[in-house]
Amino acid sequence: MNLTLKIWRQPDASSAGAMHTYQLADVSEDMSFLEMLDVLNEQLNAEGEEPIAFDSDCREGICGACGLMINGDAHGPEVTTTCQLHMRSFKDGETITIEPWRSEGFPVVKDLIVDRSAFDRIIQQGGYVSVNTGSAPEAHSVPVPKEDADRAFNVATCIGCGACVAACPNGSASLFMGAKITHLGLLPQGQPERDERVVNMVAQHDFEGFGGCTNIGACTAACPKEIPLDVISQLNKDLRTAIRHGH
Amino acid sequence: MKNARAARTTIALKLGMAVSGFIFIGFVLAHMYGNLKAFAGHDAFNDYAHHLRQIGEPMLPHEGVLWILRVGLIVSLVVHVYCAVVLWRRASHARGTKYVTKKNTGASRSSLTMRWGGLTILVFLVWHLLNFTIGKINPQGGATNDPYNLLVDTFDVWWLTLIYLVAMVALGLHLNHGVWSAAQTLGWTGNAAKRVRAKRLALALALIVSVGFSLVPLGVLAGIITK
Repeated sequence: MNLTLKIWRQPDASSAGAMHTYQLADVSEDMSFLEMLDVLNEQLNAEGEEPIAFDSDCREGICGACGLMINGDAHGPEVTTTCQLHMRSFKDGETITIEPWRSEGFPVVKDLIVDRSAFDRIIQQGGYVSVNTGSAPEAHSVPVPKEDADRAFNVATCIGCGACVAACPNGSASLFMGAKITHLGLLPQGQPERDERVVNMVAQHDFEGFGGCTNIGACTAACPKEIPLDVISQLNKDLRTAIRHGH
Repeated sequence: MKNARAARTTIALKLGMAVSGFIFIGFVLAHMYGNLKAFAGHDAFNDYAHHLRQIGEPMLPHEGVLWILRVGLIVSLVVHVYCAVVLWRRASHARGTKYVTKKNTGASRSSLTMRWGGLTILVFLVWHLLNFTIGKINPQGGATNDPYNLLVDTFDVWWLTLIYLVAMVALGLHLNHGVWSAAQTLGWTGNAAKRVRAKRLALALALIVSVGFSLVPLGVLAGIITK
């Protein structure tokens, strides 16, 4: 298949960027989206042009490193990560627009790469449980109902790719925070720090410049791990409870 | 990080919007009930309007309850608009650079019209108060101290009816997303079944309110409500 690619090029964080148009011929529909970009980069290399910088790591949909705005959808038209998106999802002759995540909290580093360390700082504010080191305790000493364990696991699948922020018209990271709040809030180990966790994580979220949630639902539609909107309800509930507890 | 206080977060602003929003819902339902009295005729409608001012008398002064409600509504309006403006500005900053191409996959139409729709309702509110409460403007030049006649005279003018109906569409859209969003903000929608229920409730309330209010001008238009 032959494609017209409109791609955001920006030399570095402090320079202005612009959309550039490239033609790419003979793209196999079995290629992943990132492989298609690899082929484009080989072509650019051969032409003596600077290759396009984009993030990727595991290329098997579990690390969250890759993330591109493809034709207006975070990670493109399928519910998966960009690396697991294949060219068969596109038509021959199609024009594909590729942009970096756009968020105050995710500044562009170069071309399609953004700095997502704001997510790390949010996690550092409470996305953990404090446990004493030493030998591991007997697992059965703290029972967790199966239903809670399953739900905690489902929301713990968040890979922190940032698609929720990228898709959200408000640029909010509520789905990301909600996933962690729900995950730890369901487990006994998460209880002692529950109030501080939600207050500190949300305060950091706001400080990083992310927007407020208006429950539009674009985040959950874009999430490659299909984290449901329930987690934002849980996030709000935990924050409300923290206010009641005087935090 | 700074200001790690729960009450200073964006979620606290959303809680302010949710609670004030629910107060408005209580108000519009009561208001709609009063409006529908127009179908019972001139005297029933005017008696209802008159009785509203007498609630609580002689324990409370004339219009006492009405003023308590008005103060509550004004406070709610200030909270609702203040939070909306702060969150709107935040959202604009949060996406300083816009996308060249952006789809809003998964977003409902009403969820994307909350801000401009809300502004439409606010403008309508000012007009509406001038028309019926503060200014009592009778476009036909008739009596303004008779609520029923003022209503009929107003909706006998096609463009006033149109403004009103457009505002009711805006209100319906606002409630369709707002009710569900408020439920979610208050943390009442912690699983898929509760979410579906909240969305159905939102749709039902949006339809009841927008259709209920629209019945009165449509009744005038159809000649059911006449002087």
